[in-house]
Amino acid sequence: MALKLADYKTTVHNDWCPGCGDFGIVNALQMALAEMGIQRDKATIFSGVGCSGKTSHFINTFGVHSLHGRVLTFAQGGKLANPEMTVVAVGGDGDGLGIGAGHFVAAGRRNIDMTYIIFDNGVYGLTKGQASPTLKLGEKTKSLPSPNTNYNVNPIGLAVASGFTFVARAYSYDVRHLKDLIVKAVQHKGLSFLDVLQPCPTYNDLNTRDWYAGEDLAKESLERHSRIYKLEDTHFDPVVHYDNEIDEKLAQALIKSLEWGNKIPTGIFYKNEIISPFTTRLTDKIPNYMENPPAKQTISKDGIPTTDVSKLLDSMRV
Amino acid sequence: MSSVDFSWLIGGPQGSGVESGANVFSKVCAELGYQVFGKREFHSNIKGEHSYFTVRISDKTIHSNVNDVSLMISFDAETIFRHYDEVASGGGIIYDSDLENITTDSVHTLDNYFKKRLHQTLESKNKPFTISGVLEMAKEKGVSLYPVSFKNILASLAEETENPRLKGLVRMFNVIGVSLSLGLIKMPPDSLLKSIDSIFSKKPQIAEINKQAANYSYNYAASNFPDFSFILSGIEKQTDTLLVQGHQGTSIGKMVSGCRFQSYYPITPASDESVFLESNEILEVLNDRPGSTAVIQTEDEISAIGMMIGSALTGTRSSTSTSGPGFALMAEAIGWAGMNEVPIVLTLYQRSGPSTGLPTRHGQDDLSFAVAASFGDFPKVVYASGDIEESFYDTGRCFNYADVYQVPVIHMMDKFLSSSVVTCKRFDPKKITINRGKLLDTIEGEYKRFAFTEDGISPRSRLGLDNGIFWNTGDESDEMGHITEDPQMRIKMMDKRMSKLDLILKQLPEDEQIVSYGIHDYTIISWGSTKGPILDAIEMLKKEGINIGFIQIKLIHPFPTEHVKKLLENTKKIIDIEANHSGQLGKIFKQHVMKEIDYFILKYSGRGMTSTEIYDSLKKIVENKADKREVLEHGS
Repeated sequence: MALKLADYKTTVHNDWCPGCGDFGIVNALQMALAEMGIQRDKATIFSGVGCSGKTSHFINTFGVHSLHGRVLTFAQGGKLANPEMTVVAVGGDGDGLGIGAGHFVAAGRRNIDMTYIIFDNGVYGLTKGQASPTLKLGEKTKSLPSPNTNYNVNPIGLAVASGFTFVARAYSYDVRHLKDLIVKAVQHKGLSFLDVLQPCPTYNDLNTRDWYAGEDLAKESLERHSRIYKLEDTHFDPVVHYDNEIDEKLAQALIKSLEWGNKIPTGIFYKNEIISPFTTRLTDKIPNYMENPPAKQTISKDGIPTTDVSKLLDSMRV
Repeated sequence: MSSVDFSWLIGGPQGSGVESGANVFSKVCAELGYQVFGKREFHSNIKGEHSYFTVRISDKTIHSNVNDVSLMISFDAETIFRHYDEVASGGGIIYDSDLENITTDSVHTLDNYFKKRLHQTLESKNKPFTISGVLEMAKEKGVSLYPVSFKNILASLAEETENPRLKGLVRMFNVIGVSLSLGLIKMPPDSLLKSIDSIFSKKPQIAEINKQAANYSYNYAASNFPDFSFILSGIEKQTDTLLVQGHQGTSIGKMVSGCRFQSYYPITPASDESVFLESNEILEVLNDRPGSTAVIQTEDEISAIGMMIGSALTGTRSSTSTSGPGFALMAEAIGWAGMNEVPIVLTLYQRSGPSTGLPTRHGQDDLSFAVAASFGDFPKVVYASGDIEESFYDTGRCFNYADVYQVPVIHMMDKFLSSSVVTCKRFDPKKITINRGKLLDTIEGEYKRFAFTEDGISPRSRLGLDNGIFWNTGDESDEMGHITEDPQMRIKMMDKRMSKLDLILKQLPEDEQIVSYGIHDYTIISWGSTKGPILDAIEMLKKEGINIGFIQIKLIHPFPTEHVKKLLENTKKIIDIEANHSGQLGKIFKQHVMKEIDYFILKYSGRGMTSTEIYDSLKKIVENKADKREVLEHGS
C-alpha cells in the first residue's frame, strides 16, 4: 500500500518556537521518506538531545531519541546490526560538533551506509542561547554576555576531512531543495552528511531568515540578493568519478566550504562512491554478513543454544 | 601417599617470551594430568619491564596460588633480585650463571623503592649487592641452586646441530628455561615437544629449532643437575579437561549465548576478550548457515555503549567489555538503557583504580561504582563470577537476565581472572539456556513499547520489526515512548521500572544469587575472584580441624538481603574478604542486612590474593589475634 505524506506524521504536539527552522527540516524529512516509499517499520530516525532531538517523536517511523552528542553511536550500532533498515540520524550543531565531535570524525572513517543531518543554527537553544560550535568568532547573538571567543567549526570541511563520502548543505526554508538533498543523501551508498542552515528565531538574531534572504543586501542592490545559492546552478561538479581525482575533489569541497558572507553555497559539495561502505569491509571478512546480519541470526532452538563451539573447545583440550 | 603441590615461577623482561614459556609449561603439566593454576603479573609497559608468571600444579583441584615457590627459573637478573626470597626451603633456583656478578645498580628496571628494601636486607645479612649476594641468602635458607650458562647452552647446541646461527638466539632462553625445569623435575619430555609443535604450528622451522633447544636443555638438566626434591612424572589424566585463558570463559560464553554484536574500546585487561571474539568472528551454527559476531572497535567507550544499545534495540544480543576507566565513561548511557528497558550486557574486567591506578594490576575496586553507576533511579543487575569456569555459564545467565527483565546487566570480572591460565572441566554449552523473555517475533494491531503490565515488563519489539514501531527517549516517556512530564505518568513509569528489582529477587533461583560453601561460627562473605584462594584456604584449615564457612555472593544488585540474613542467622563472626581498600561488599552488606562485619581481610597492593595469606589471616582470626582489618601484602 502506497504511503502518503500524512502517514509519516505523528500526533505528538510539536513545541518548537513559532517560525523555527526545524519545522522545515522535519517536513522535508517526512516528504523524502514518502517520496522514496520507505515502509514506516523499515526506517529509524535516531536523534540527539536539544530542540532537534525531538524530531524523532514527530515522525511516524521507529524513533530513538538518544543522548546528547551520542546520536551517531546509537545509529551506527542499529544500522550495523540490522543493515536492511534505513537509518537517519539528526541532531543540532552543538550536539554533533561540540560534545559529539569525536563521534562525528570516527563515523566518517567508518562510512556506514546511513545519513546524518545537522540542524545548524549557531546556538544552544534549549539552554537559552549559548554559543554553539558553528557560531563565528567575535559574533554576539542576543543572549551572549560578550562576543563569542571561539573560532567556528566548519561542518562541511570537517566532514570531507573525516571521510564522509556524501557532503551537502541545505537551507531549512527551501524545503523542496532540502527534501531533494535528503533523498540523494539516503540513496547514497555510504555515510552522507547534510548540514542544514536553520535560523533560530529566538536566540540567533544574526543569521535570521531575513539575513539569509539578503534583506540587508537589498538596500545596496536591485538584483537578486538572497545569500543562498545552489551549487548545481554553477559548474561545480562534486562527484568523484575516478580514483585519481579524489584529492582534487576533496580540496575543491574544502575551498568551497569556506565561502560565507554575502554568498553561501548549498547543494552537494562532495560525493564519492569509490570508497567502500563499512558493510563491504565487513563482508570481506564475513561473507554472509548482509544476508545473515546480527539482528537476523538464529541463536537458539527451544531455548538451547545452536552455536557450535566444539572445535574451539577441542583446541583448548589437554 | 603424598600429594603434589608444586609452584613454578618464570620471570624476565616484558617481550622476552615469559608468557609463551609459561604457556608451554602449563600445557605440558596439564597434558600430564595435573591441575594447573597459572597467573601472570606485568607492568604497564610494552618491552623491558619485569614480568613474571607463576604456575601452580597439583594432583588435586586447586583454585589459587600460594606464597611459596618450589622452583624458579630466571634468565635475567631482575627476576632473581625480585623473587629469590619467595622460593621456599627445599625449593630450587635455576639461573643463568653469567649473571652472578650483576649488581643491583646495573639493573635499570629495579625501581628505587624496591632497591632500598633489598639493600637493607642484604646489608643486614652482610651480603654484597649482587646476584651472588641474594643467592647466598637463598642457599642459607635451604634452597638448591642450579647455575647454568645459557650462553654456553646455545653454543653447545649450535655446535651439536652444526647450526652456528643458534649461538645468538637469545629469544630461545624461555624455551631453554622451561626445558631445564622439566628436566630437573623429570617430567616426561614427549609432551614438551608436542606443545612446542602446537604453539609454533604455523612456523615449522622455528618449531624445529626450539625442539632441538628443548631436547638439549632437558637432557642437560636431567644428566647434570643434582637431584631435586620434586619429581613429577605425571598422573592419570582426567577426561574432558581444558586449559583456558582468563578471558575465554566470557568470550566463549558470549558466542554460545548468542551475542552477535560486541563494541569495545581497547583497555587492559578487558580487550583480550574482544580480540578473541573477533579472531573467531565466524561461528558454526547447528543445522544452519554460519553466523557471525560483529566486533566493532570504537573511538571511545561512550561510542562502544552507544553502539551496543543501538544494536540491542534491533533485538540482537549485544555486549561490550571494558575496565574501570571505560566503564566510568559509559555511566550516562547505562541510565539511558535502564530508562528505555534495553537489554545489554557489560562485562567489567576490573583493575586497580582510582583513575588510571595500577593499569595492569588486580583490584576489585569497582563494586560500589557498578552498583551506583549513572544518576537517577533505575533497575539494573550487577552479577559477579568467581572463576573462569563459572564465568562461562554466568555469561549465559547475564544475557538471560538482560532479556527477561529488560535491564542493563553488569557482569563483574577482574584482572586476577583475566590473566589466569587454569585447567577446568570442559565447558558444556548445553548447560546454557537462552531465554529471550518478552521479545516479540511478530506484532499485530496496536503496539505500545512500554505498555503497563502486571509484572512491569512490556512485550518488546525490535527496530525493523513489521508493525512494531516504537519510540525511545532519555526523557520520561509514556507507554508509546513519547516524552511526557505528567506527574502521574512519571510515578507510574518509575514504579513500573523499579518493580523489576523485586521481581528479579523473587524469580532468580537462590543458588544463582548466592553459593554457600557451608556456614560455621566464622563465616566469610565475599564476591568475585577471591573465591579460589578462599576455597583453598578453607581446605587448609579444615585439615587442621578448623571449619570456616563461606558464602559467595554472586548477585550483588539487587542485593539478596533476606537470603543473606537467613544464611547467616546462626553464624557468630562475619569475615569480609575483598581486593579493595574500603570493603565495598561489606558496606553494601551493612546497608542491607544492618549487621556489622566483624573482620575484614583486604588487599589493595594490586596483586591477587594467595590462599596462603588468607589462611594466615583466618587462623589469626580464629585464634583471636587478628586486627579488625587484616591487610594482605604478598607479591611483587
